[in-house]
Amino acid sequence: MSNLAEPEKKIIVCIGCPNGCEIEITKTDGTFTLEGNECKKGEEYAIEEFSNPKRILTTTIQVKNGILPLIPVRSDKPLPKGKLFDCMQYLSALKIDAPLKMGQILVENILDLGVNIIASRNLDPNQ
Amino acid sequence: MNPLNVDIAVIGGGPAGLAAAVAAKEKGTSVLIIERDFELGGILPQCIHNGFGLHIFDEELTGPEFAQRYINHVEELQIPTKLNTMVLDISPDKEITAVNKTEGILRIKATAIILAMGCRERTRHNILVPGSRPAGIYPAGLAQRLVNIEGYMPGKHFVILGSGDIGMIMARRLTLEGAKVEAVVEVLPYPSGLIRNQVQCLRDFGIPLILEHTVTHVHGQNRVEGVTIAKVDQKWRPIPGTEKFFKCDTLLVSVGLIPENELSRSAGVALDPRTRGPVVTNYLETNVPGIFACGNVLQVHDLVDNVAAEGTRAGEIAANYITKKIEEVRRINSIPGENVGYIVPQVISSAAFSSEITFFMRSKQPQKNVYVEFLINGNRIYRKFSRFALPSEMIKIVLPPLKGLTQEISDLTVNIIPKPKGGEQSG
Repeated sequence: MSNLAEPEKKIIVCIGCPNGCEIEITKTDGTFTLEGNECKKGEEYAIEEFSNPKRILTTTIQVKNGILPLIPVRSDKPLPKGKLFDCMQYLSALKIDAPLKMGQILVENILDLGVNIIASRNLDPNQ
Repeated sequence: MNPLNVDIAVIGGGPAGLAAAVAAKEKGTSVLIIERDFELGGILPQCIHNGFGLHIFDEELTGPEFAQRYINHVEELQIPTKLNTMVLDISPDKEITAVNKTEGILRIKATAIILAMGCRERTRHNILVPGSRPAGIYPAGLAQRLVNIEGYMPGKHFVILGSGDIGMIMARRLTLEGAKVEAVVEVLPYPSGLIRNQVQCLRDFGIPLILEHTVTHVHGQNRVEGVTIAKVDQKWRPIPGTEKFFKCDTLLVSVGLIPENELSRSAGVALDPRTRGPVVTNYLETNVPGIFACGNVLQVHDLVDNVAAEGTRAGEIAANYITKKIEEVRRINSIPGENVGYIVPQVISSAAFSSEITFFMRSKQPQKNVYVEFLINGNRIYRKFSRFALPSEMIKIVLPPLKGLTQEISDLTVNIIPKPKGGEQSG
């Protein structure tokens, strides 16, 4: 018994449809048991959310000499939910030069997460 | 002063106007976009979060990216654009008076006009929040502009009134920028934004959503020092003894949007008190021939994809109007029946029933497992099952072509009714 992990339990609200099922998910010794999901989609979502919740990060970076003081940016892939604040901290220290183009990589492989931070729009220089 | 002549003038360079301009230009008409801001895109440049474009581009974009794609298209098609230009008046004979810094007063004569002015936020004063009037009370969209475009944090410690999508998205945005969001307070017994935003904007950051409560007092003289909230009864009256105080320096209100129709009124366009937008036909034409409306000025949408799709349709139809006038035929009113808050279009040309007609509507109350049923002269001609009817999610129904309709149509009523339990009725 001693090498068996304690069951882990979480409540996850499914975002698959407006029903918003509250799913109770329990992991016991590598297998999942779910309660509360009304469909199969909810099961897949809950397991993914339980094991490795990820989010797209969207924020802004300061711009020097641009028509606007900020450029909106996003991660080009979802990154681990737990790293959002670390990325925010890192990006808040940057100040980059205009002009910028939509899709341009502004930070490559942020915090070694395998994710790039890209510009969400074009931004012209001021004059 | 000689007016500038164009086939189609588009008022507003947001997603509806951009999509309309592109569609009209692609059909070979001359188009002019008139935009009051210094750049195109409307509200999208400040909506930096993702979730846009799934229907139109089949990928998840941010607001600025969605706008940039249309702006690039407008530039490729070399559609003339007047930026920093405010339209002051539209006359019923489609002459536009506008003003800008370089040209002064402008007169533009258009054969067709597409209204695409969007909407504006309801404020604290629209919902009569009691208390003093200190600094630190913002509509959520204004706070979004300050944070995302101008680079200012409007406060450090927030309470948000209203669980619409903008309110929830701002709760996340402010939290990521280091602010403390005490709670999102909603007067209804259910959240008014999308489930996805409840999860990814509130639950992810442990921000409580307090339902059936409202702000009953704003504290502070020069600056907000806190708010009192209380539970409400079914008529939204605060229940004495349920008050709770939250310390905060800023209150955001996210309490709905109002289509911006001052110009429509000056043009003699009739408005629907339910949508607060123009009454339109199934061709998106207002009661003034040649004036069309699309996007949030017509009806407040949930998704920018639907705004742009409506813009595209308005652009195509306006271009058809230029080349060959839309046939004037008998018009039938659509009537919102049981549990229907509004319907667009409000008017249908009798000839249109021979092809499919797309209707948009919102339910008044949330309901599960419903039929949306269409009645002509009191007889059901079509119904469609839907698992949900939520006021926060616009319902789109395509009415198939009606065949063998012998009697003259006098009216069309739409009801949202519960699906009978058990046996399936024929129908």
